[in-house]
Amino acid sequence: MSAIRRRHPALTAGKYAALAFYLLFALFPLYWLLKIAITPDALIFSEGTRLFPSDVTFTNFSTVIFQTDFLAYFGNSLIVSLGTAFLTTMFAAGAGYAFSRFVFKGKRIIIAVMLITQMFPLLMIIAPIYKIVADLGLLNSLTSLIIVYTAFNIPFATFLMQSFFDGIPKDLEDAAMMDGCTRFQALRKVVFPLTLPGLGATLGFVFTAAWSELLFALMLISKNDAMTFPVGLLTFVSKFSVDWGQMMAAGVLALVPSCLFFIFIQRYLVQGLTSGAVKG
Amino acid sequence: MIDRTTENVMPGATRARRSLYLQYLVEPFLYLSPAIILIGAVMMVPLIIGVSYSFQAIDLLRPFDSGWVGLENYAELWGDRKFWLALENTAFWTFWSITFQFLLGLGLAMLLNTQFYGKKLFQALVFLPWAVPTFLSALTWAWLFNPVIGPLPHWLAALGLLSEPYNILGDPALAMWGPITANIWFGVPFFAITLLAALQSIPGELFEAAEVDGATPWQTFTKITLPFLAPMIAITVMLRTIWIANFADLIFVMTGGGPANSTQILSTYIFTTAFRKLDFGYASTIAVALLLILLIYAVILLWLRKKLVKI
Amino acid sequence: MARIELRNVAKRYGAVEVLRNIDLDIEDGEFIVLVGPSGCGKSTLLRMIAGLEPITNGDFLIDGERMNDLRPRDRDIAMVFQSYALYPHMDVARNMGFSMEIRKDPASDRKTKVAQAAETLGLSKLTDRLPKALSGGQRQRVAMGRAIIRDPRAFLFDEPLSNLDAALRVEMRLEIARLHQQLAATMIYVTHDQVEALTLADRIVVLNGGDIQQVGSPLELYERPANKFVAQFIGSPTMNVMPVQGSATKVTAQDGTTIALPDQPQAAQAIELGIRPEHIDVVDAGTGDLAAVAEVVEHLGSDTNIYVKVDGVGPLMVRKHGNIPVKSGDRLGLRFQTQNAHLFRQDGTALR
Repeated sequence: MSAIRRRHPALTAGKYAALAFYLLFALFPLYWLLKIAITPDALIFSEGTRLFPSDVTFTNFSTVIFQTDFLAYFGNSLIVSLGTAFLTTMFAAGAGYAFSRFVFKGKRIIIAVMLITQMFPLLMIIAPIYKIVADLGLLNSLTSLIIVYTAFNIPFATFLMQSFFDGIPKDLEDAAMMDGCTRFQALRKVVFPLTLPGLGATLGFVFTAAWSELLFALMLISKNDAMTFPVGLLTFVSKFSVDWGQMMAAGVLALVPSCLFFIFIQRYLVQGLTSGAVKG
Repeated sequence: MIDRTTENVMPGATRARRSLYLQYLVEPFLYLSPAIILIGAVMMVPLIIGVSYSFQAIDLLRPFDSGWVGLENYAELWGDRKFWLALENTAFWTFWSITFQFLLGLGLAMLLNTQFYGKKLFQALVFLPWAVPTFLSALTWAWLFNPVIGPLPHWLAALGLLSEPYNILGDPALAMWGPITANIWFGVPFFAITLLAALQSIPGELFEAAEVDGATPWQTFTKITLPFLAPMIAITVMLRTIWIANFADLIFVMTGGGPANSTQILSTYIFTTAFRKLDFGYASTIAVALLLILLIYAVILLWLRKKLVKI
Repeated sequence: MARIELRNVAKRYGAVEVLRNIDLDIEDGEFIVLVGPSGCGKSTLLRMIAGLEPITNGDFLIDGERMNDLRPRDRDIAMVFQSYALYPHMDVARNMGFSMEIRKDPASDRKTKVAQAAETLGLSKLTDRLPKALSGGQRQRVAMGRAIIRDPRAFLFDEPLSNLDAALRVEMRLEIARLHQQLAATMIYVTHDQVEALTLADRIVVLNGGDIQQVGSPLELYERPANKFVAQFIGSPTMNVMPVQGSATKVTAQDGTTIALPDQPQAAQAIELGIRPEHIDVVDAGTGDLAAVAEVVEHLGSDTNIYVKVDGVGPLMVRKHGNIPVKSGDRLGLRFQTQNAHLFRQDGTALR
């Protein structure tokens, strides 16, 4: 990289300044969340805006975990997110495989419809969905959330899975079929083992999306014992708007599963975001 | 998915002939059907119902006062000052969010396209905001703007941008900048990732050739990098604009549309109308209006793109 | 072992006709090469035989049994792919034994057969490697091993050598020829490389634009091409073709020279004359059929290629065995070995 070596020292300094800026901008809010969470209650007001707390405590975490409903919210969110992730990945794998491998009538229309579902405001259907779910008597049930989230995430996950299937040569399945497999056997023995990383990435993306969904959960869930984490945290915030330490401790806890999945799917971010293109 | 291994075909049998043809016809739909059924039932059907709601009075708080009302909702919308304010706010929110996200994202992508020590870790850390659940981003930034526990008002006051450290989320003139900041924080990684992918697809020889030809770094950027990125930029910005215009979570959590509707955008207006007032008819009317506006926007952009691509 | 028949086979994708009226009988143990330019439908035809593409029209029979509607697994045919299509997550032994694994043959049988095939192909030391740890030639061998192990009724090869470098290609070509002698199995081989076709085939099928142009032994195609396409496709360097005016037993080139063709009684219908570079003799300037100027001369040691220009006729290529003392710019005479000349009608078919 001769170009870099010849660079002007001022340019190099500017580059590192830019790197530092991005790093600070990305991490500072999260740092602050953590900082307030571990600051003892007594110190929050006296040194609320200091960069480092003079004392550290974990009581906020234990209070949140053991004395509030957060474990229940956490469990609900886990059920909803995992359920959504598994169902979506399964269905999207099927659809993505069909898009990747078959030429059939109606393919373009189905792809177009899926793309459109990514464009229109999902809030448009919040009222009809509420009515339908209410008429079915499924308000306050995690099942209804899983079904709704699965449908929302299928288009994006399908395009993602399709891009993974496209990366597996069609010859491999043909060879497997020549070797005596049915198409389904070829899928199971040859294609699926090769697309495991893709399945994992899709699971991660969908999990993250379901974990952070707020508005539909707010609409469909009102009973405390069925609340997901975002709904629970928001209710908590509006009820106890002065318990800063506890709220932020809860926030830090909400961050943990997302970050775990993030580390896992980081490698596939580019592929995921470019194939989905519209999903954030 | 169904295992069809059990089906045994005999050579020459008519059953075999039919089954093989049928198989070619039906097979893709076996794999597709769960996805199609779910999307149809949970998205397409409610979409149609939603459009029909906009011609009805459906207010859960007044259950006996419902029925078809024709264009009454639309007439009300036309005269609704809040709607026009929300439309204006939507444009403001979308424009500034996308502008900053794009510029900062481009800068980050260019940085990540160079070599430096610890790049992998750096990339993981700066992309982290993307993984933070949106409601949590919203809460975190709301807290950062709170003068009691957040440092931002104090810094802004120290810089002379604020007369005293107060919460800008409570100031109708400035409140929108709160959610916009959160949105920038949350959205920069997305732009950086897509642009980085595009940057990496530019053949390295081009830069070497430009260097041999004596181009300055700035010339290389404007004559090679930008033209190469242009198609990707166009498509990403277009899709992202629609996405951000629909994106209600941040504003809903941070300001709830207030103070005095100064941060109300169309999508939060839809949500609060449906969620707080339970007026589904009117919420659907706003939604249809938003959909139409987005459609017009998309058509104009596609037309522009077609015009520009020819050159 | 198998006798393969194609009866009036056609393939359409929607309105696009890719192959039509394909009639072909392949004898048991025969080595057939399908050859043609890219897009001629040769690979599609092979995939239809394999069962990977449905046959739109016509019948495909093995030993008199109609196979159109059988799935690939029920046809008992093995195929070697251009990309080798080795399963990346399985080691060499499992790759080769995969078909037996699917048929649930006993593990001990599988082991002995895999060991046998690996021995034949010189892969014994590599059986526990993954495909990505193999060289191109080794992958090619594994792909062949996977086909051999099944002892199928017929082997299909889809451009198996096109991903190898030149030296390896020659080596593997010999290997395939040896394999065919050893197994005496029916083999159908697709290639766009006419050298492979000429060296391997018992019979060659030349395809172009979805039609069979000619079926015949390599020598037949070289000596008696049925039409201009086959004439120019088979043989290297390419046959020279020049426009002529035919009459009785002679033709007139565009510069006015006449060339007598005593053994061509139908020359009157000819509009073009074809002659291979090796069938033109170089004689002293002023003698022979045509007067020419040498433009570029390539000395290959064993052969000399002379690119000449003939006024009013155009460029021609001449190849002579050995080293001919010609320089560029030299004036030459050309004499055609008329017994080896080919004449073509308006529609491109060959006279004779």
